[in-house]
Amino acid sequence: MNDPLLKLLQSKARLSNEELAEALSLSSEEVDTRISQWEKDGTILGYQAVIDDEKAGELGVAAFIEVKLTPERGGGFDRLAMRIARFDQVSSCYLTSGGYDLMVVVEGQGLRDVAQFVSEKLSTLDGVLSTATHFRLKAYKEKGFIFESEEPEGRLPVTP
Amino acid sequence: MDYSEKISHQVAAIPRSGIRDFFELVQGRDDVISLGVGEPDFATPWHIREAAIYSLEKGYTSYTSNLGMPSLRKAISGYVEDFFKVGYDADSEVLVTVGVSEAIDLALRALLNPGDEVVFHTPCYVSYLPSIALAYGVPVEVPTTVEDNFALKADMLEAAITPKTRVLMLNFPTNPTGAVMPVDELEKIAELCVKHDLIVLSDEIYCELSYSDDEHVSITTMPGMRERTILLHGFSKAFAMTGFRLGYACAPSPLIEAMMKIHQYAMLCAPITSQAAALEALENGEAAMLEMKESYHQRRDFVVGRLNEMGIDCHSPGGAFYVFPDIRKFGLSSQEFAMRLLEAEDVAAVPGNAFGDAGEGFLRCCYATSFEELKTAMNRIERFIGTL
Repeated sequence: MNDPLLKLLQSKARLSNEELAEALSLSSEEVDTRISQWEKDGTILGYQAVIDDEKAGELGVAAFIEVKLTPERGGGFDRLAMRIARFDQVSSCYLTSGGYDLMVVVEGQGLRDVAQFVSEKLSTLDGVLSTATHFRLKAYKEKGFIFESEEPEGRLPVTP
Repeated sequence: MDYSEKISHQVAAIPRSGIRDFFELVQGRDDVISLGVGEPDFATPWHIREAAIYSLEKGYTSYTSNLGMPSLRKAISGYVEDFFKVGYDADSEVLVTVGVSEAIDLALRALLNPGDEVVFHTPCYVSYLPSIALAYGVPVEVPTTVEDNFALKADMLEAAITPKTRVLMLNFPTNPTGAVMPVDELEKIAELCVKHDLIVLSDEIYCELSYSDDEHVSITTMPGMRERTILLHGFSKAFAMTGFRLGYACAPSPLIEAMMKIHQYAMLCAPITSQAAALEALENGEAAMLEMKESYHQRRDFVVGRLNEMGIDCHSPGGAFYVFPDIRKFGLSSQEFAMRLLEAEDVAAVPGNAFGDAGEGFLRCCYATSFEELKTAMNRIERFIGTL
């Protein structure tokens, strides 16, 4: 990310516009205008907290599903990909190069939830040729944040 | 041609809807924040829309059984048993209709002979009175008051019952007041219905959107009521499916059979695409529905809090997505208040008298609009009352 304001928002979206302005030596009016413009034109799609599910006591599961599709005249994979992406259970959906076409990340309450989504919704679509489901076992890093189980020792207050 | 001679007297006698005049005025203005709509601000959850698309892809484009697809009726019967705790036979006691509006029309036409009286509580949904009149019934209003949180009082009801009374129409949670019924009062009303041998049309379209900790209780579960109740429900509000136009009636089979006689000739069946979507809503829609409900609940609390804080008396309604603030202390009629608010601040709210005389002195504000818009609307209303 080249724009310093966007870059800062990516890691610290909860800062107020005044705090953002202060950190980047901009005027808070400028921060205001640029952010509302980005929100309007869809450059900024939304804001979210990155949460360690395990610590939050959430028992949900996630699965990475490789999907092979038949491309269509005119739109290629777009129409089907959007149709899949719109389901609430789908948290991310990417067109990829390589052995399959779509990487679909699905979140659910449990294995059954995800299995039902794959068998009832995904694989029944005309144009879906095959799916391969990989369940997440452990998360190490998400959206640039490392999942740490232990706090590293802090720096010494005074060092040479 | 003089068309006034060509229109039936019955239809000509129905007055123009009070809401229509007001909304023509609203439509002519830009930048209006409307608290005047009567539908969710969410699009139908995607999985439900997708099920409709899927059914079209698979070629489901035919008529269905007059009563509705057997699979949908089975799902409705299961859902009703689960939610209302009362069983209806999917083969003979469930009729799928084009919205609850059609079901109301069918029920009234199936039940009434000319001159029969129908009792209903006001303020109420705008279609009740004309639907009764169109079925050659005599509408009898029972007003409810803000002091009772717009719940129907049994003694008020009893005073309105005559030997000609055939039907009682109930709508809790209520459009436009958001009122819900205390169970003990509803029990008294049930006793009156049994005593006076009334049939009850219970329009419970907002029942999922009930925000108290107590479960929604339907009158049909009370002693002696199942045999005399037509339970009306649908998908529009809880599942944000207004445009799909899908509702249903659950009742003893002779009543369903009578309603079906009209439905099969007037409508044949509800659209199959909507029925496919409704089936998906019942099978997999609960999570999305609860999420929308939570969001309405938060917005209700915000709006009620803001209105009271700025000095407009507003009781906290138990359900639906409307608040019904009391504006009598400003010395303007509902109509004047709404017009001046629109002209001064571009906020549209429906004058309470559009829902019957009992709504005079109140406004209906729908909070199914974005949080940002609600915030702006509240600020504008505050500025407006400062000028009064």
